[in-house]
Amino acid sequence: MKKHLYFPGCSLKGSGRAYEESFLAVSRALGLEMRELEDWNCCGATAYMSVDETKSYALAGRNLAIAEREDLDVVAPCSACYLVLNKTQHALQDHPELRAKVVKALKAGGLDYKGTVKVRHPLDVMINDVGLDKISKLIKNPLKGLKLASYYGCQIVRPYATFDDQHDPVTMDKLMIAAGAECVPWPLKTRCCGGSLTGTVPDAGLRLAYILIKEAQKRGAGAIVTLCPLCQFNLDGYQDQMAGKYEKVKMPVLYFTQVLGLALGLSESELGIKRGIISAKAALAR
Amino acid sequence: MALEQKIKYEGDCDQAFAKWVVSQTGGENLRHCIQCGVCSATCPLSLYMDYTPRRLINLAREGFKKEVLSSLTIWLCSSCYSCRVECPKKIQITDIMYLLKRRAIEEGVYPRRFPIPVLAREFGRMIFMFGRVNETLLVMDLFLRTNWFRFLSMTGLGMNLMRTGRMSLLPDHIKKRGELRKVLSALDSEEKA
Repeated sequence: MKKHLYFPGCSLKGSGRAYEESFLAVSRALGLEMRELEDWNCCGATAYMSVDETKSYALAGRNLAIAEREDLDVVAPCSACYLVLNKTQHALQDHPELRAKVVKALKAGGLDYKGTVKVRHPLDVMINDVGLDKISKLIKNPLKGLKLASYYGCQIVRPYATFDDQHDPVTMDKLMIAAGAECVPWPLKTRCCGGSLTGTVPDAGLRLAYILIKEAQKRGAGAIVTLCPLCQFNLDGYQDQMAGKYEKVKMPVLYFTQVLGLALGLSESELGIKRGIISAKAALAR
Repeated sequence: MALEQKIKYEGDCDQAFAKWVVSQTGGENLRHCIQCGVCSATCPLSLYMDYTPRRLINLAREGFKKEVLSSLTIWLCSSCYSCRVECPKKIQITDIMYLLKRRAIEEGVYPRRFPIPVLAREFGRMIFMFGRVNETLLVMDLFLRTNWFRFLSMTGLGMNLMRTGRMSLLPDHIKKRGELRKVLSALDSEEKA
């Protein structure tokens, strides 16, 4: 069993807990050991970078410094966490002055940062370490007839795409096809879901989320499948408000780990399927 | 009748501000911009902006400090990095937006009760206190500070989150809060020194 350090981030412990549940269940089924990073703190997401640059790198740096104590890869399922931790590694590599400040601050807290940790996404680990061949062999319940719009959102492939294409990512599509589902062709794979604007500037944010739902519907998808807790939240949670402003829509939004889990024969309750605000029951009954 | 000067002369611009932008991490190659407009075309939010990203970049590098810092553009950027990936001159536009946001917060030039800077500040405060962010408390705090009415309109979403077990009302916190505070405070004293 290959060992990893799991970085949950705040969302996977809150509104995105179905992602944590399904991710951990699928990891076990695939023989991946995920141990939660000891005393991790918030990555800073997009908000903290608007307040203080050096502090936001130090904040992410604390997590990396803790992870460095062991020679294991960090796996971050949340897109914001994945980006921020990777961005910190890049920034501290490229800017020696910044690095000196952050290293000094971390030292004040008794932490040692060297920048040796690799931060990876579950998709990367599943496709490149476990491999599609092995995953295909483990599929017990192929999800024939399930049509999905595979939605990657922004911060997984941009700006530091390492394991997938920046314009047309395919890793999640491959996993969904291995799970027996079908991915409808759609061009909005990496278009912004509105991010935190759904809450702060609803006129703009809601429209962005609505565009995605509408297009998925038009393309004949029975559900959207995603890999980001904020995308899931925006697309799943705001459909009532879209009905008020645009038109009535009903599109379940699942995590890719939930779909993969079902195909691996895991139960709906293990995978947190019922945590969707828009029920996926009809889509999954096919 | 109050007259307003519609065209600016070079001398009216703030050269120090232009130099400052270029000196920041992310701003280094700002002057390489060829004004092609790919950033504005790919930006999913440019249709709401007072200055499109292309125009904002040009204003920033010429030193139009007031226009840039009080613009809505910087706050509408959702950090999707689309412009950065498409830019033929590899300008780190998203990071330029971040550094302009920081300066705007520092100088206090943003619309009163505008939620985004308030969110950013409260986010930072919550991290200093707990080391982690509780989404429910953060959002409640934000609406109470900025828009009561909107808070009421969100009750439907709140009920849905409650029903599906996705709401946490107690703040989660790290064990070594003292350690994190030492790290962050070390940077405060660094800035003053």
